[in-house]
Amino acid sequence: MAEFLQFFFSGLTVGAIYALVALGFTLIYNASDVINFAQGEFVMLGGMTTVFLGLAGVPLPLAALVAVIATVAVGLALHRFAIEPARGASAVTLIMITIGASIFLRGAAQVVFDKRFHGLPHLFGTEPIRLGGAAILPQSLVVLVGAACVVVLLWLFIDRTLLGKAVIATAANRLAARLVGINTGRIVGLSFAVSAAIGAVAGLLVTPIALTSYDVGTLLALKGFAAAMLGGIGSALGAVVGGLLLGMFEAFSAGYVSSKYKDAVAFLVILAVLFAMPQGLLGRGRVERV
Amino acid sequence: MATLKSAVAMGAAAVAALIVGGSPAAAQIKIGAVLSVTGPASFLGDPEKKTLEIYVEDINAKGGVNGQKLQLVVYDDGGDANNARTFATRLVDQDKIAAMVGGTTTGSTLAMIPVFEEAQIPFISLAGAIQIIEPVRKWVFKTPHTDKMACEKIFADLKRRNLTTIAMISGTEAFSKSMRDQCAAVAPKMGITIAHEESYGPRDSDMTPQLTNIKGKAGVQAVVNPGFGQGPAIVTRNYRQIGITLPLYQSHGVASKQFIELAGPAAEGVRLPAAGLLVADKLADNDPQKSVVVNYSRTYQQKTGQAVSTFGGHAYDGLMILVQAMQRAKSADKAKVRDEIEKTKGYVGTGGIVNMSPTDHMGLDLSAFRMLEIKNGDWTLVP
Amino acid sequence: MRALVTHRLAALAPVAAIIVALPAFFPSAYYYRVAALVLIFALAAVGLNLLMGFAGQVSLGHAGFLGIGGYVVAIGPTYFALPSWLCIVGGAVVSGVVAFVVGRPILRLKGHYLAVATLGFGVLVAIVLTNEAAWTGGPDGMSVPRLVLFEWRVRGSDTWYWVAGASFLVGAVLALNLIDSPTGRALRAIHDSEIASSVLAIDVARKKLTVFVVSAVYASVAGSYLALFNGHVTPDIAGFLRSIELVAMVVLGGMGSIAGSLVGAAVIVVLPQTLTALHDYEHMVLGLLLMVFMIFLRRGVVPSLAALAGRPA
Repeated sequence: MAEFLQFFFSGLTVGAIYALVALGFTLIYNASDVINFAQGEFVMLGGMTTVFLGLAGVPLPLAALVAVIATVAVGLALHRFAIEPARGASAVTLIMITIGASIFLRGAAQVVFDKRFHGLPHLFGTEPIRLGGAAILPQSLVVLVGAACVVVLLWLFIDRTLLGKAVIATAANRLAARLVGINTGRIVGLSFAVSAAIGAVAGLLVTPIALTSYDVGTLLALKGFAAAMLGGIGSALGAVVGGLLLGMFEAFSAGYVSSKYKDAVAFLVILAVLFAMPQGLLGRGRVERV
Repeated sequence: MATLKSAVAMGAAAVAALIVGGSPAAAQIKIGAVLSVTGPASFLGDPEKKTLEIYVEDINAKGGVNGQKLQLVVYDDGGDANNARTFATRLVDQDKIAAMVGGTTTGSTLAMIPVFEEAQIPFISLAGAIQIIEPVRKWVFKTPHTDKMACEKIFADLKRRNLTTIAMISGTEAFSKSMRDQCAAVAPKMGITIAHEESYGPRDSDMTPQLTNIKGKAGVQAVVNPGFGQGPAIVTRNYRQIGITLPLYQSHGVASKQFIELAGPAAEGVRLPAAGLLVADKLADNDPQKSVVVNYSRTYQQKTGQAVSTFGGHAYDGLMILVQAMQRAKSADKAKVRDEIEKTKGYVGTGGIVNMSPTDHMGLDLSAFRMLEIKNGDWTLVP
Repeated sequence: MRALVTHRLAALAPVAAIIVALPAFFPSAYYYRVAALVLIFALAAVGLNLLMGFAGQVSLGHAGFLGIGGYVVAIGPTYFALPSWLCIVGGAVVSGVVAFVVGRPILRLKGHYLAVATLGFGVLVAIVLTNEAAWTGGPDGMSVPRLVLFEWRVRGSDTWYWVAGASFLVGAVLALNLIDSPTGRALRAIHDSEIASSVLAIDVARKKLTVFVVSAVYASVAGSYLALFNGHVTPDIAGFLRSIELVAMVVLGGMGSIAGSLVGAAVIVVLPQTLTALHDYEHMVLGLLLMVFMIFLRRGVVPSLAALAGRPA
């Protein structure tokens, strides 16, 4: 029983990380149908910038704030200089652009930061919480709570504010949204900014557990994306559910089956979901226009 | 008068230029280096590049080798073996190097070996696996300890503590996998039983499932973690998190101050084999390695602002062994230099004392490794 | 009929001429090596171009087939004492079968779902190659015995240049033939509109599968060549970055342009060689180039140049 509980806690820890990353994909996809492969780099920037500002002597809370702002700036720049000019391009082109952006940001991080790995202090100390023979770190709970907060905030934003409605409108039909006076370019830019902020916050919360380096972005993006697909891309709650489920799959397969192919789990999940139910667990089905 | 003086000065300068330009002593000795400065092995390649650059500059400032300056040609293979081979071909055919110090990873080294063997150029590799020098190839040498030696050192220490049944948890990337294979091969010969094995990906953030399985396995007396990079730090933290109290051994790839910082209090009591470089300040004053490692640590720290790295140390040794061989051969002729490298005896480096021979192209023995234990957040030597 | 044949292959004549004439400018084996690599990757790019440019599908995991080709040609001779040339064919067969099996479900997807599914496939191949160390030598890879054809050891960058050059030309001719065949026309119809094509009684699923298998075979042969050329193969031949490079070659050179595949391959292979002075910034430049091309020169180099010259690519 203690074993099962430990696997469960591990799944929760890793799943919360994936959930936060997956949430970042959701907003941009909702507003513009773009799968932003650079989402992982937003997470990396949040963590690495905080670490380096901290090393330079800036007090951590301030460093964190600056890191989030800096990442938002990068997100806006990405939208303004890479996505906006390519408006109307095919899905493949947009994916390639974001992949190019991710490679660019990774290369820049190597030069600006360094090639070693770094950590951040845990918010509530490193003493694990012991329950039923298993142990979970307080920071894992912080990440979970963070993900929950983001979901709630996103829901409030989309459902309760005019701006949020504008995002939905833009996603539903861009032309119609413009016809009713919505500045769709700005809306998409806003979605990039918010996604970047979510990514940066994810980086901050996750780095104490998972450590960070200039290239954490790639694998995180792939797994976060798998989680988003599993839960249903386009649904914030789905992103969290997908993330937690993916984390559980990984933890339980590592624990009960074999740890050798643990990494393969995420990709097998992607394939299984895509073959069986492309819209994911909580996603809305897509209407295919002829 | 002024014109005559300046004419004489110009004439003298021209003659001097002719002499300097015409004499062969002005030609530079080209040393090639294909390193993984970016990509998954950049943690190893970056300090290697920095070290080579610092010391080539240093050697040139002191007059060069045999009166000639060294020219370092560095290419970044990005951790990809195909690129490494292309750059190796470039070094041989275009840059026409005299010798090569490089090959950060075993994969890139193995891909490049045929190029240098065919071109008959001495190649000192900076990678760890034993296949690089076993079987011995005429033109290939290496400076890092083999992972086999790391296993032997760990197992010897285990035996001294009367621990014979272990579990292993290893990373899946090249460095860790290679060491894991060697440990599995060496264990029966040293009377160690590996009761259980687990693995983790190099970017994983939580290893508690694997460690839980190890904790639950009866009869395990100690745990060995062949790994490098951030994985071992997380493994160590998880280890204490779920309350395993058995002795934990890390690999030589982990040997850096950063590991202690990131693993935190969980690192207390962890042992690992490492070169004297890491405990430079703690070595006894009469230790033959002391002055070399202290100097290298200080210089590296000063010039880069980063803590010293074992991998940078291997690059230092590679360069010095090459340079000393050139000095003994009194030329940069490839065959003569190769012979002199093979005759390296008593070279005191960051990795240990090197004694090469026609059958041993690495030259380190088990005494090159010290067994370290982490106490109170710092390295201490296990007697 | 004659006019069609001469017209179709005429596009390749200048390419063939360049391939034959270029070595006159090669000062050393290094140039032969880079050129041979360009031709090998161009072969893979041609196959991917058939899939992406003509049939309008996308594959972000095509390096998986490079990997299959590369490892079959390593494992076959090493463990089963099979001759290397047979393993090139064997690798192509294995890749074709895998593509057939995996292609059916994957090709039902569209847009970014398809992109991600192929990505997942490519990464899974890389993971299997890394983990099954008993067969594949693990992350450090394994050595590949040299190709021996009728007692003649195929080695040396210059030999491989001619082998790769000839193979590329053959591959290009076959691709052009496919494009002008009924299957090719069906593919272009599918690219424009799948629904309309099915109304015209085109078996959309079957045609897509055919081109997927064909492109897999091209990639597999290229992968085999790469492994034999290097004498060594590592799992990163099948990695995500490698797949992105392949897609970049097709997209930069021009989707739907066979000559473009060669140009794209040349840019991607030669770029790291020219950026060595800036090796710290290499990734930044690569990412920037990818973005710039995708934003401004979306049709790729060759079609854009052709449009400027007023001729179809």
